[in-house]
Amino acid sequence: MIPLNHYLLLSAFLFSCGVLGVVVRRNAIVVFMSIELMLNAVNLSLIAFSQFLGDATGQMLVFFVMVVAAAEAAVGLAIIISLFRNKQTVNIDEINILKW
Amino acid sequence: MEFFSPSDLIGSSPILALSAFSLIALLANALVKNSAKTVFYISVVGILAAIGCAMYTFSMNATAFSDMLLVGGYASFFAVLFLVVALFSLCIAKPYLEREQYHFGEYYVLIMLSTIGMLMLGASADLITAFLGIEVMSVAFYVLAGYYRGKLSSNESALKYFLLGAFSTGFLLYGIALIYGTTGTTNLLRIVTMYPQAFGDPVHIIGWGLILIGFGFKVAAVPFHMWVPDVYEGAPTPVTAFMSTGGKAAAFSAFVIAFSVPMSMKDERLMLVVAVLAASSMLLGNWFGLSQLNLKRMLAYSSIAHAGYMLVGLASATSLGQQGITFYLVSYAFTNLGAFGIIAMLEKVNGANLSYEDYAGLAKRRPGLAALMAMFMFSLTGIPPFAGFVGKYYLFASAVHSNLTWLAIFGVMTSLFSTYYYLRVVVYMYFREATNTEEIILPKLTFATVIVCAVGILLFGIFPALIFDLMKSMF
Repeated sequence: MIPLNHYLLLSAFLFSCGVLGVVVRRNAIVVFMSIELMLNAVNLSLIAFSQFLGDATGQMLVFFVMVVAAAEAAVGLAIIISLFRNKQTVNIDEINILKW
Repeated sequence: MEFFSPSDLIGSSPILALSAFSLIALLANALVKNSAKTVFYISVVGILAAIGCAMYTFSMNATAFSDMLLVGGYASFFAVLFLVVALFSLCIAKPYLEREQYHFGEYYVLIMLSTIGMLMLGASADLITAFLGIEVMSVAFYVLAGYYRGKLSSNESALKYFLLGAFSTGFLLYGIALIYGTTGTTNLLRIVTMYPQAFGDPVHIIGWGLILIGFGFKVAAVPFHMWVPDVYEGAPTPVTAFMSTGGKAAAFSAFVIAFSVPMSMKDERLMLVVAVLAASSMLLGNWFGLSQLNLKRMLAYSSIAHAGYMLVGLASATSLGQQGITFYLVSYAFTNLGAFGIIAMLEKVNGANLSYEDYAGLAKRRPGLAALMAMFMFSLTGIPPFAGFVGKYYLFASAVHSNLTWLAIFGVMTSLFSTYYYLRVVVYMYFREATNTEEIILPKLTFATVIVCAVGILLFGIFPALIFDLMKSMF
């Protein structure tokens, strides 16, 4: 059986990849994909914990996370589309009319 | 095995009532022609019904759905606050949207949907419900921020809010996962009993740190505040009014419940981290507020600073601090709704008329309106006899009680900065000549709401016991 730590390290690695993607990438859709990667990294942790604790709460939370991620994807892509209609770009460096 | 009992349904009746009415409103929006007005009235009825349910459940002190939701007391108190805020923001929004020719029923439905999330947040006894509440609230907010589909500033504000909001959700969720892994439960009532064993585990503390980041984003604390000025400026004014009052109050209500767990152990490290967040929010919020020319943006920075004041109460880790936060949320909600109501009335199409200059000479043109705006600014500054003063007093007093005197002194110093930019509005209104002589048309509905807000801050400022007596049964 694979020890718990392996799952947790993989999950932490995926989460870091997601955070790095959000910080480094400039395309709004790629940033959004990186956020989804973060959420799925958390799902992996939750399932691993759930399995090793012998408790179903973690797996139940994973379902909630998936539902929320789907709702966020629907809203997020709609926002990106309405922005693209007005400005023909999804590069977040070019989206800068609000400034102090 | 019994999954739920009738008492669970009664206990969660505010959420259920509001959910039912928001679905009815959504249907009415699809089926009725020119439905915006109909949907508005359905929303008002739905919110009033939910307020009734929340008041009915106030005296209960229980949990519902296998300890997932709190019932009565704290949950009902905050439910009434969120619903009143939602009602007021609807009343501000209707004339505003009619004038902007963006009056659609979806607006009211979205406000109700986000209020459902707030009700869940205020009632969360489990990290799962806190997470769901935050998401239900935020997803509706993302749409509301981008409500002006054709306007680039609104699109931009929605995109920034969405990307950073979803990013912070990732951290919150990772924190929940780590706490679940180290304690074997996500239920806050059970984590309390597990906490002494998990206490020494660094993974557990990292979990709380990640949850702190997640909530820090939602309450707009420095250094997680980058989205606030842009989102508050770009979103339609009634939406900003609702986000900055209801959204902040909801995030804080869950923040207080969640952090009462580690704070009950008087964990020095965590208290220090929260204290530093509070200090930096107060400093940077007020500092950047000084240089703003746009009132909506100024109130955005002020909202960051006010998050800092409330974090002082959290850092103190006492029930006095929690009561201070609760009172402050009420007073801040009334004050900010009133101020944004006035801004919404004076704003012109396409976001014009939002700078200090546009308020010059308002006292001569509309003395009543100027007096009301001055009251709200005084309350935000924290000048007696307005509610803002009492709230600040309790928060700083709680810090002194927990040996965080430096934080209290720091808070008072930074609120001195804020006097400059709040009173600047008053100076412009009373001591500058008007440059603009167009006639000001005041929509009755908004004006009435603003007056109610003003009466509220006076009443709670002079008789704070009205709120504190209610709180006795909560903490």
